Order: sequence, then C-alpha cells, then structure tokens
Amino acid sequence: MASETTLAYISNNLVYASMLAYTVAMVAFALSFAQGRGRSDSSTSVRGAAETQTAVGSVSVDVLERTDVESETGSEPGRRAGNIGMSVMWLATALLLGAVIARGLSAGRVPWGNMYEFSITSALGISVAFLVVSLKRDVRWLGMLVVIPVLLTLGTAVAVLYTDSAPLVPALKSWWLLIHVSAAIICAGAFTLGAAVTVLYLMVTRVDRRVAAGESAGWFGSIAQRVPSADRLDQLAYRTNSFVFPLWTFAVVAGAIWAESAWGRYWGWDPKETWAFITWIVYAAYLHARATAGWKGHRAAAIGLLGYSCFLFNYFGVNLLFSGLHSYSGVK
Amino acid sequence: MSDTGIDEASAGLTTQPESDATSPTPAGIGVSGWLRWARRTLTSMRAALILLFLLAVAAIPGSTFPQRGTNPVEVSQYIVRNPTWGPVLNRLGMFDVFAAPWFAAIYLLLMASLAGCVIPRTRLHWRAMRAQPPAAPSRLSRLPEHRTLELECSPADALTAAETVLRAQRWRVRREVVESGESTWVAAEKGYLRETGNLLFHLALLALLVAVAAGGMFGAKGQVIVREGSAFSNTLTQYDSFSPGRLFKADRLVPFTVRLDQFRATYQEDGMQRGAPREFAADVVYSTGPGTAERKATIGVNEPLAIEGTKVFLVGHGYAPTFVIKDAAGKVLLDDSVVFLPQDGNFTSDGVIKIPDATPQIGFTGVFLPTAERDPVRGGFSSFPAPLRPEVFLSVWRGDLGLDKGTPQSVYRLDTSSMERLGLKDLKPGQTWTLPDGLGTLTFTGVSEYATFNVASDPGSGWALAAAVMAIVGLSLSLFVRRRRLWVRVPETSPDSMVEVEFGALGRSEAPGLDEELDSVVAAVQRAVKGV
Ligand code: HEM
Repeated sequence: MASETTLAYISNNLVYASMLAYTVAMVAFALSFAQGRGRSDSSTSVRGAAETQTAVGSVSVDVLERTDVESETGSEPGRRAGNIGMSVMWLATALLLGAVIARGLSAGRVPWGNMYEFSITSALGISVAFLVVSLKRDVRWLGMLVVIPVLLTLGTAVAVLYTDSAPLVPALKSWWLLIHVSAAIICAGAFTLGAAVTVLYLMVTRVDRRVAAGESAGWFGSIAQRVPSADRLDQLAYRTNSFVFPLWTFAVVAGAIWAESAWGRYWGWDPKETWAFITWIVYAAYLHARATAGWKGHRAAAIGLLGYSCFLFNYFGVNLLFSGLHSYSGVK
Repeated sequence: MSDTGIDEASAGLTTQPESDATSPTPAGIGVSGWLRWARRTLTSMRAALILLFLLAVAAIPGSTFPQRGTNPVEVSQYIVRNPTWGPVLNRLGMFDVFAAPWFAAIYLLLMASLAGCVIPRTRLHWRAMRAQPPAAPSRLSRLPEHRTLELECSPADALTAAETVLRAQRWRVRREVVESGESTWVAAEKGYLRETGNLLFHLALLALLVAVAAGGMFGAKGQVIVREGSAFSNTLTQYDSFSPGRLFKADRLVPFTVRLDQFRATYQEDGMQRGAPREFAADVVYSTGPGTAERKATIGVNEPLAIEGTKVFLVGHGYAPTFVIKDAAGKVLLDDSVVFLPQDGNFTSDGVIKIPDATPQIGFTGVFLPTAERDPVRGGFSSFPAPLRPEVFLSVWRGDLGLDKGTPQSVYRLDTSSMERLGLKDLKPGQTWTLPDGLGTLTFTGVSEYATFNVASDPGSGWALAAAVMAIVGLSLSLFVRRRRLWVRVPETSPDSMVEVEFGALGRSEAPGLDEELDSVVAAVQRAVKGV
C-alpha cells in the first residue's frame, strides 16, 4: 500500500514538472514567432514576401518546403527558439508519460478511471500526436497551438478534476471500455490538432483577405508568415479530421458494445451517448460540407470547430452538468 | 481522336451529385415537375447537410431534459416543479425526444435522402468500375502533377514499359490501338475502392437503422429482482417491469430458470472514495426448462449470462433483511427476506412488510441501514454500503391494507390511508420486538442480499453490430484510399532511338502523395527501359 501511495505522489509531481516544461516550450514557441516579426518591416507585404520566396525554388515548392529550404541555410530568425521549443516539448511529454504510467501503477489498472486521469492521458495523447507528426515534417509552427490546449487540459485536471488514485468501480472493468477509452483519447488528441489547424486556417485566410484588400495584415500578420498557406492548412485540417472520423466512429461503437455488456442495452440516449452522437453527426456534416459547393472553405471550417466544441462539451459539460450512467468523473 | 481536355479527364472520378447550387425552382412545371424538383432537392448534398444539422440540433433537448425512457421519475418531478412549462414541454415531446414524431421525421427524411442519393450513385459507380480509364488529355502539362523523361528507346517500347510498370503496380490500364497503327498514350486509374467504401458506408447506415428498429420491435427487456436463495423463471408474470417491442410475442420467451445462490460485493474501505463499489458478482444456478441439467455461472457487471440469445445482466443490488413475524398465539405469519430499495450510495434502504393473513391486517414500513450511524439532524443513516452494523427502524401499522380493492398495488409501498400507526422500534440482528396491543412479535433475524437483473433479447443487435463494422470498414476505405488517374504520353512523331515521355496525374481534390507516387512511376519506367 505504501509503495502505491508513493507512486501516486511521484505521478503528481511528474505532472507538475511536465507542466513547467510545457510552459517553457510555450515561451520558446512564442519567442520563435516574436523574433520572426523583425524580418518584415512592412506588414502589408507579408504574404507577398512568402510568395516571392516560394517562386525562387522550383515550380512546385510550397510553403512547408520553404521552411525546410531556409532551415538548411540556418538564416531564419526565431529558428533556434523553435528548436528549443521542440526539444522541451519532448522532455515535457516524457515527464507526462512517466506521470501517466506511475498513476496507472499506483492504481493497479489502466490510467483512465476518472476525469483527472482521462485528462492527463488526453494531454499526453495530444502531445504524442504532435510529436509523431513532427518526426515526418516540420511542424514547429504548430507548437504554440498544441501546447496551449495541453496546458489548459493539465491545468483543469490538476485544479478542478483531481481525484485520489483508486481502483475502478465494477462497471468500468471491461476490455471494451479499455479499447473505447483509448480510442477516445487518440481522438481527443487528433481532434485538438485538427481544431488548432482550423483556427490557424481561419486566421491566415483573414490575413490574406486583408492583404488582398490592401489593408494592414494586423497583429497576426507576422505569425501568418511563418505558417503554411491557407490551402495547405485547409488540407491538413481535413486530413486530420478525416483521420479521426472513422476512429471516432469506432470509439462510439466500442462504447456501445461495452454499454451492452454493462447495462444490457447498446444504446440508451444517455446524455454522454447523445453528445457522442451529436459530435459524430456534426463531423459528418463537416466532411459533407467539404464536398458541397458553396460550403467549402470557411463554412466547412466553422462546422469543424463546432464539432470540436461538441466533443469538448461531451467531455466537460456532460460529465459535470448532467447526471447519467456515465457519471464516473470522480469529482465531488 | 484521342485528344481530350482536363474536364473529360477528371469526369467520373466520383459519383458525387452535381453541384446543386443552381437547382431550378419548380415554378409552373406541374405536379411531375414538383415531384422531380422535390426528389432532386431531397437527394442533394445540401439537403443531406441541412438534415444532418437538424438531427444534431434535435438531439440536444434529449440530453438537457430528463427522458421518460431512462428516468420516468425525474420527468414527473420536473413537470410538478414547473407547472407552467412542464406540460408544454411534455406536449412538445421534450421528455421523449428520441421517440418523438419530429425526431423520427428528421431521421426518416435523412434516410430517404440517403437512399435516394446512394442508389443512383451505386449505379454510376457500378458502370465506372467496369469502364476504361478516360483518354489522355491533350496537354498533360496542365494536370496538377506533370513530369517529363527522356528515354533512349522507341516510343512504342516506352509505352510498353509504362504499361508493364503500371500493371505490376495494379493500376487498371488502357492502351489505345489507333488506326494509324501506333498509339501515343497509356491511361491508368486506381483507387476504385474509395467510392466502393463510401457507398458501403452509406448503405451500412441504412442497414444499421433497420437493424436497430427491428431489434426494438421484435425484442423485449424486463427487470427482475432476485433474492439470495430464490429463483426466477423467464415468464411474463415474474418480471417487476417488462417492456416488449411492438411486435414481440410472449411465446418467444426462452424458457429458463435462474436461482441466485449468493451475491458478493466489496467496497473501497478507506480514502476519499471510501464506499465506492469495487467488485460485484452474482453466483447463480440456471437450467433451461424442467428436467435439464443445472449449471453454475457467475454473472458480473460487464459479464452477462447468455442463454439462447437472451442475456441476463447484473444491473443492481440491495439488501433484503430477514424477519420472523408471529401472532400472539405463536403462529408464524412470515419467515422470509424482504426486499428493501436503496435510497443512496450507502444503501440507506426503504421497504415495507404486509401481513394480510393477520386479523386485523398489519403492515410495517421501515428503513434498513447496513452501517447504522446517528446524527442529531439527519437521524439514522447509513455511512457505508456493506453491512458492518446493520439496523432496521420499523413502524407497525394496523388496519386495512387495501389489498382487496382490486386495484393493483406496489409491493414496495404501504397504503396507510385506512391504517393507524401503533409504534416505532429500532432493531439489530437477533433482536425481537414485542408488538404493541398484543399483536405478536417480530424478530429481525439477519441480512441477505438481492440482485437486480435486466433480461434482454434483442434479435437486431448482431445485425446492428455487423452494420456498424461495415460502416467503419467502408468509411476507412472512403477516407484513406485515393482515387487517381495517370497518363503516359509520347509525341506522335519521334526518332526510334530517343523519345521524350510525358507523365501526368490527377486525383480527387483530396489526394495527397500524388507527387511522390508519380515520381515512383517515372523512376520505375526509367529502370524498366534501362533493363530492356
Ligand atoms: C445519415 C446520414 C449521412 C452520414 C452520417 C454521412 C456521412 C458521410 C461521411 C462521413 C462522408 C465522408 C467521406 C468522404 O469525405 O469521402 C460522406 C461522404 C459523402 N456523402 Fe454522406 N452521409 C450521410 C448522408 C448522405 C446523403 C443523404 C447523401 C446524398 C446526397 C450523401 C452523399 C455523400 C457523398 C456524395 C459523399 C462523398 C463526398 C466525396 O466524394 O468526398 N451522404 N458521407
């Protein structure tokens, strides 16, 4: 028993340590943006500058590759800060991984028996999703938008949702639940990435529009310069969301299989189930909007963000506001 | 001629309906025109989008208001607490959202739209699957991906090499033989599974709806409370509550009997979650009809017992204190356990005992506390769910139980309207209460437990699962397979020893990785020619 308490204690401290590291990473990512600002003195030429640089390379070099080209020459301001951000991100994620494992060991089960654990594991999921993507391509520009939801999630977990480590209530002991929740955690990570990219997309198109209209690019101009083009972002958001959608479908089905074995019915319109359904429908609408004339682009992006809000509401709102069979938050 | 433009080259890459932004209004085109317009509108992508939204919005009240299906008690309380709005909301179906006609209207419209959309798309796709890839556009350089490659061979050999490479990579390949004797291009297409998957997904949704509806209509579910040592048979009369589907027939109940030998529960003993349940298990013995062998089984949470398609789920439990009640002459009026219903997480439980055979009739109302605690404000209450310090508080009533009036009565409630209360007593196990007015004695002999089982048969659930799996498979194909076309072209005239080969590729708008794929085809053709 003593060692279990120690493990829980270690886990808590690792969470704090990782939060500290994530904060450092956030500062580094912010600096990498801030230092980029010095490069373009006239904000109206921001996107124009990007375009010119693009044209230097061969015909089809896009903005993502542009960053690569520059990083080879090492002349990009803010690049160091971005790299530091990435390194600290790895460290923070390692610490958080340790925290999640210690928590699981202390409770003698998978570490997602209540909202606190689900939150720290989801934060881990978001970070890992980001780091995995970063292995294949340069996504330092996305770091800031990943670290913020991670910190918010961890902060809420520690401040609002904290629950002592304890074994599971019987209804939660099920393989299907394990599968259901791990799928949901991956979804949480990827949905968050998708939403982050969508937000960037909306901001970049705003800058593009202002620049096209001859207005000042505004405060976001310097950031817009350091991220991929609107088209690229739009496509990345679509690819992320379309990766999540089948997984979310699977998570819902796995949940239904578990509900069947626990309660004798696979679907009962419990608030949690209802909001899982609503989330699913809204993301299906998003995918449809992308294929419907007049709904592409902005409107589809807005629907994507609406879907993400439904997902978040299902997690925070439903667990804390409604009473239902899924009231396992452990928060009193 | 084999020359075509980009539009033709991308034709039929998807069976998506044409953009419906310009769908003409039906003004003045008669009934059939209206019908055609209605069909076109209903099966457009835009209608699907709007109906999806409506469905999402319509589901929201189902989570904000208590629902009759899951929480009938809360619904009546809600209506009592909100005398003005409660009845209005009730009439609007806000407490039965998922059975409300307006909710059904939305999803039925969506399904009609789906069917109206998917059937023609399936036909189109069927044709596309057997058709040849379209001819090469006249200028491959206008395609999204384009490469040129100089090869030291004849144009015919270059095309043959390309054809071999593409076939080896499992493209569907078309090489035109033209009248002049020499072809100048090869066309290839890949990724038909994307559309197949998409159609499979949409059809699976229809199948899912049918399976869910059929399961609801032909299935049934019931709830039954079984005390330790007693048994229940799967017949209508034994259920505490039973909700059959509209087309359910009682003779479809699988004959079986389940006896509860022992119920086991453990709880967290310390820490913040003290009292949280940790383990529930019901040890049962069951048999399928008289004369068949008895078998042992343990029903746990998440571990139902399946008997020929009917499943028995453990969904709850509680305490059944045991009593012996005798009249003044010492004749035993009751010697049994009595089900008390839990009121809170620590199993403070309410129950009643009715003794219709006594003259005059007597009854008891009581509270059972597994771990009794006293508090000046709350009085007696239970502080832990396990029976650590069991105690009952009983009131005894004398008069008419009202059982002979013919109106059915709940076994968990005592109708005290024509009874008088004679006394109150608290008892620990083993203690005997000598009832006032010489009514006899009551002994609290001990505590046993009971389990609540849901018994469900849902003939649609297997189909629903199959449809769901089909939907996921279809969806994955639809989202991860890329449909793309590729062309290889040589100039109409070129020397036999040297040829400049053009490559071009086109994908659905969302076809990432096309550039890399084209590169690999170009490299493979180059290798093939060198090897020749
Ligand atoms: C129950 C309602 C429906 C759901 C949940 C649903 C879901 C989906 C999903 C998730 C996709 C994404 C696949 C992709 O992006 O490639 C999709 C694609 C599609 N859906 Fe639906 N759908 C529904 C109803 C309909 C209806 C009524 C239509 C008829 C207009 C329709 C037509 C299409 C088409 C044409 C595509 C392919 C879009 C493309 O080629 O990218 N769907 N649907």
